[in-house]
Amino acid sequence: MLKKRAKQGPGEINAGSMADIAFLLLIFFLVTTTMDTDVGILRLLPPIVEDQKPQEINKRNVYEVLVNDADQLLVEGEFLDLKELRSGAREFMTNPNGSLNLPEKNRVVASFCREQLALNKGWLASATDSSKAQFEDAVKKWEGKLNAIELLGEFSELPNDALISLQTGSKTSYDMYVQVQNELESAIRELRDELSQEKFGRKFSELDEKKEEDQPKIKAIRLVYPQRISEAEPVDLTKKN
Amino acid sequence: MSRFKEKKGGTPAISTASLPDIIFMLLFFFMVTTVMREVDLKVKVVLPEALEVTKLEDKALVDYLYIGPPMDKQMGTEPLLQLNDQFAKLEDIDQWVKAGNERRLEVLVPKITRSLKVDKETYMKFVTDVKQELRKSNALKINYSTARGR
Repeated sequence: MLKKRAKQGPGEINAGSMADIAFLLLIFFLVTTTMDTDVGILRLLPPIVEDQKPQEINKRNVYEVLVNDADQLLVEGEFLDLKELRSGAREFMTNPNGSLNLPEKNRVVASFCREQLALNKGWLASATDSSKAQFEDAVKKWEGKLNAIELLGEFSELPNDALISLQTGSKTSYDMYVQVQNELESAIRELRDELSQEKFGRKFSELDEKKEEDQPKIKAIRLVYPQRISEAEPVDLTKKN
Repeated sequence: MSRFKEKKGGTPAISTASLPDIIFMLLFFFMVTTVMREVDLKVKVVLPEALEVTKLEDKALVDYLYIGPPMDKQMGTEPLLQLNDQFAKLEDIDQWVKAGNERRLEVLVPKITRSLKVDKETYMKFVTDVKQELRKSNALKINYSTARGR
């Protein structure tokens, strides 16, 4: 018996407990795993500009949203319920009746874009180094518009300084702030979705930024309905009143 | 009688030899997907709920700020800021942003998102102050972390 064993060398290690060990590890990782990914509302803060001059702003181009310390909404000088904010923001972005209190939408026409593009290209060619960047930007802007017309047909565009200005009091709750951001975001998202559905047969949120064929579409729609929600400089509301 | 006998000796026991392999496969799956909680929370954060939310894609490019009342009742009930593993003051944000930038490749720095996990009862004053500090340190890409729903 002993002789036989020596011939075979050491016997095989019993691997029966392997499963148990693996189970233990498995349970450890099962418990510590957090599958949830972080979700939230993404925003870009404006960079700090040193000597900021108070800009001349056309009042009809600003959608003023104030939230006071008691979490009440004052939109364009009127109390508004949170539920109505979405339709209000939509009206601001589209101005369907051509109201004089809402931003004037400019028709973007292909021939005008081409004209401007040619002009700017001419200037760019003869520009000095210092002013080159300015014309390069202009060329890009008009090319973008032409591209949008190609995809969407002629459209009306919001003026450049149109924006939604959101200001809060110092004791406004963060919850309310997020709700307001949420409503504004959803107003813009709805408009974009509708436009995208109409032109491309797909919702805007279904367009994929990583796909090359979708990128110009996304750019075009963003041009029509830009997301301009200003994270305004903190203003003391109590002083203003 | 003979029928019963046949059944008794019939199907052999299922071999469990491949069981460890299956378990190992599961194990590896969880090992790869696991993200360990990176910090111990010292403040209580109940996130506000929102519907229009975006997913933060790349977890490696997100830094978290926590704002909320401290868990430890002795510290009071006023909301406090937590960076990494400890309480911090507004002035510490700049340092924290720089440390976060240095940890990553230079090309990725503009892509870093600072995710604000803020308790929903917090007053905006505090959040605005934090935002101003972030602007000063040129950390402009932020995310208001929310819970999905409502």
